[in-house]
Amino acid sequence: MQTTHPQAFDRDDVLFAPVLRTGRGFYAAVAVLLAVAAWGAYAYTTQLRYGLGVTGLNRPVAWGFYIVNFVFFIGISHAGTLISAILRLCNAEWRRPITRAAETITVLVLFFGLGSIIIDLGRPDRLFYVLQYGRLQSPLLWDVTSITTYLTASTLYLYMPLIPDLALLRDRARGWRRQLYTAISLGWRGTPEQHRRLERGIAVMAVLVIPIAVSVHTVVSWVFSMTLQPMWKSTIFGPYFVTGAIFSGMAALIIAMAAVRRAYHLENYLKPVHFNSLALLLLTMSLLWFYFTFAEHLTAYYGGELAEGAVLFAKVTGPYAPEFWAMVVLNLVIPLAIMANRRTRTVAGIVTASASVLVGMWLERYLIVVPTLANPRLPYARGLYFPTWVEWSITAGAFALFILLYMVFTKLFPIISIWEVREGRELGIQEAYERIESYLPGPGVGAGGPIALR
Amino acid sequence: MARWGMVIDLDRCTGCQACVVTCKAENNVPVVTPREAQAGRLMLWMTVIPEVEGEFPRVRARFTPRPCMQCDHPPCVKVCPVQAMTKSPEGTVSHVFARCIGCRFCVQACPYGVTYFNWQAPTWPKDLRESLNPDFAIRPTGVVEMCDFCHHRLQHAREEARAEERDVRGEGEYVPACVQACPARALIFGDLDDPNTAASNLAHSPRAFRMLEDLGTSPKVYYLKEG
Repeated sequence: MQTTHPQAFDRDDVLFAPVLRTGRGFYAAVAVLLAVAAWGAYAYTTQLRYGLGVTGLNRPVAWGFYIVNFVFFIGISHAGTLISAILRLCNAEWRRPITRAAETITVLVLFFGLGSIIIDLGRPDRLFYVLQYGRLQSPLLWDVTSITTYLTASTLYLYMPLIPDLALLRDRARGWRRQLYTAISLGWRGTPEQHRRLERGIAVMAVLVIPIAVSVHTVVSWVFSMTLQPMWKSTIFGPYFVTGAIFSGMAALIIAMAAVRRAYHLENYLKPVHFNSLALLLLTMSLLWFYFTFAEHLTAYYGGELAEGAVLFAKVTGPYAPEFWAMVVLNLVIPLAIMANRRTRTVAGIVTASASVLVGMWLERYLIVVPTLANPRLPYARGLYFPTWVEWSITAGAFALFILLYMVFTKLFPIISIWEVREGRELGIQEAYERIESYLPGPGVGAGGPIALR
Repeated sequence: MARWGMVIDLDRCTGCQACVVTCKAENNVPVVTPREAQAGRLMLWMTVIPEVEGEFPRVRARFTPRPCMQCDHPPCVKVCPVQAMTKSPEGTVSHVFARCIGCRFCVQACPYGVTYFNWQAPTWPKDLRESLNPDFAIRPTGVVEMCDFCHHRLQHAREEARAEERDVRGEGEYVPACVQACPARALIFGDLDDPNTAASNLAHSPRAFRMLEDLGTSPKVYYLKEG
């Protein structure tokens, strides 16, 4: 394809630039992030040496930051694959420049979700007992099964649309990069037959990945709701967690888009209209999240059960009230104020709202895990939880390492799908035109015809 | 097959904590510093929970000894990902330390809070270190542990019974250390399925109740209400 449109090369040059050229700012950022990640690694070695006693975990709060991070990271992973799959299946033309950025988040952040669990283990050396002696009756095994399936599926789903771009890079790069791209572009030449097969594969994966993604955060919630603990044992936890996951994932996607847009001068590709569309989706998710949160807390209040009430009031008026009300402000008030108003729904405004949602959703996960543990059913062991430097450092290190890996990814692969943008330019406009025409009265193929799945 | 259970007569308990101390010694439960205890790292497989009710002058203290409830439907066994937490055919719930991966799912699942996690390497003052019980393993860092009705004592009793080609007697032959130590005889232990044991009779007494019975965990520890 690239040989038939030589002028398109120059037009999309800015998309190749990050991969082929690297500035000083990149290395500076890498150095800072590496330092933070190294500090986190040091904290983890301390924990390995002395045991989980170096954390602030205790009785009854035996799960803390690590489990919060686990739920949060797995939530972020819904950014990608799920959103990109839905947009692809809906033929949303504005998806083209954002799917890759989203899918990359998914694949990378899943490692941190799984990693958080391993960090939380008292005996990480016995990790493989989970495979060797795993009991499928344990919700933890459901997690392992579901997340590894998701990781496999979303890696494939990231890789397949990458193949044509890898071929483009193969033809441009030199040295070891050329060898790398030649090997992993699997002999892509852009023939119609190859295109047909690739798009078929992408469509199948897009359909497959949606139920897998939904299952992932559902079983994450079931780790909690399968127990008898007050305010964990809730039937809406599955959909509540999935909603929160998509919500936080979209916020992460918007921030990632804004970052690459600024760093690699992609203003011409990631336009305000893309941010605007995502902002409207984010706004919807914010309201949906609030609906679930409200339902969850109202039923606990109205029923007036003592054990549930202890947890509820610890959150609303007790020791966790600052975090609780901060969560409501960050997840509902700020996003609503910014994004429901057309004048403040600018790129800067949307990024601000997304940052607010990310912090708010982390707090939400924290408020699900900790207050219930701090207020168990039998009131004999009550306690608070104060994380130590080890937990803070490992958390900071995980976030730094995630950002670092994302940056490195943008240096190896184009973060905007070049061939899909071109396809939009060359075919999408015509297709969208025909599709709209088919909706309208009059002769046309639309009525009753097969639905194009691309 | 025997179904071992415990009855705790709250009328008899004086709160002397002999059961607590005996349990620590019998099972080599690590000793922590007061600072760590304050931070919520105290380990007591058997503990006596004091409760003070009412206001002066109508005050009364109540002591509730709390071992593992040894549920017939144990939530901890259900959630364990590696089958470290197990229920024996005789119904006793115990924990395989060498299998435990330290995920602490059982800690979250237990509504009674009887599971304890080894936050750090176990320590004992010098004198205690020299008098550890050789019959029971010491646990490493990073695993969960909890009361298992002194399962090693059952193993002893079973060996002796097997030598005499009979079953372990429903009463008297096998008792956990706390039951043996109780000076007020507030703890009664035996086969709940054998109608001739004191434990099974008391478990059917009108005074008998079980902790958080409505959760459906079916504990094998019964309490006798104060009269």
